[in-house]
Amino acid sequence: MAADALSRVFSALADPTRRDIVARLAGGDATVNELAEPYDVTVQAVSKHLRVLEDAGLVTRSRDAQRRPAHLEADVFDLMTKWIERYRRQAEERYQRLDALLETLADDAQARTTEPTTTEPTTTEPTATEPTTTEE
Amino acid sequence: MSTTTPTSGHRTEVTSDPDVPLVRIVREFDAPPLLVFRAHVEPELVTQWLGPRKYEMRLDHWDCRTGGSYRFLHVGDGQEHGFHGCFHEVRPNELIVQTFTYEGVPDGVALERLTLDDLGGRTRLTATSLVESFEARDAVISSGMEEGLAEAYERLDELLLRDTAA
Repeated sequence: MAADALSRVFSALADPTRRDIVARLAGGDATVNELAEPYDVTVQAVSKHLRVLEDAGLVTRSRDAQRRPAHLEADVFDLMTKWIERYRRQAEERYQRLDALLETLADDAQARTTEPTTTEPTTTEPTATEPTTTEE
Repeated sequence: MSTTTPTSGHRTEVTSDPDVPLVRIVREFDAPPLLVFRAHVEPELVTQWLGPRKYEMRLDHWDCRTGGSYRFLHVGDGQEHGFHGCFHEVRPNELIVQTFTYEGVPDGVALERLTLDDLGGRTRLTATSLVESFEARDAVISSGMEEGLAEAYERLDELLLRDTAA
């Protein structure tokens, strides 16, 4: 039933106010009123944000009658953010290699356009369309 | 080339759609779309960046044009993982739409869409991957994690049970 769990975590954390609430709950449990204080929003609005975080499994509320302090489920939070961050880092590593490759391709294109050893690096448009790397 | 320091200051952003099982990656590059496109199309360039670092990426074939297909292997740790798919639509310097199948799960297929936006000498790359279910999407994101999907769902189930029982 928790199939779209990660989606809910993703969208729950997409909102800056909710990210802030999570950051503050990481420092300790807090009631809705306490959480609402620093924001220019109503208690109801914060309550709504908390509901979203609850639905995502990131936050629980104790049954402590009146106060019902919100509690960050650090395990779930850590695990989900770890997944996302690791996935992101893998993509990042790939794209950093692509950065490096693109740099050499741009250099190649530059070198070819300035063939007759002119001193000024005339910034001609990269004529990289020609398949130069076909020397198999 | 083995350094991990970013050669550009660009950050890779990963987002997920709450309504459909889709992951979106957005990244900018300090190169024109022409070059970014070439790096996706020319086999000898593709192998230089696409595979994960711990595996060797071996191309069986890579025919990146509309109606073309590809197959490649990740080889390492005494293991071989195969991947294949078709290039559905390829428009130079702009768009690549392709299917993607991990041969370990041969019935599964992702629909991938890559768009390149020209930012005037720079490029914004947007890559989306649409899979069949939220479970499949979560499995993709959590693959290779020491704490896998099952454990996370167990914890979540426990949590939800605790909530409803309370």
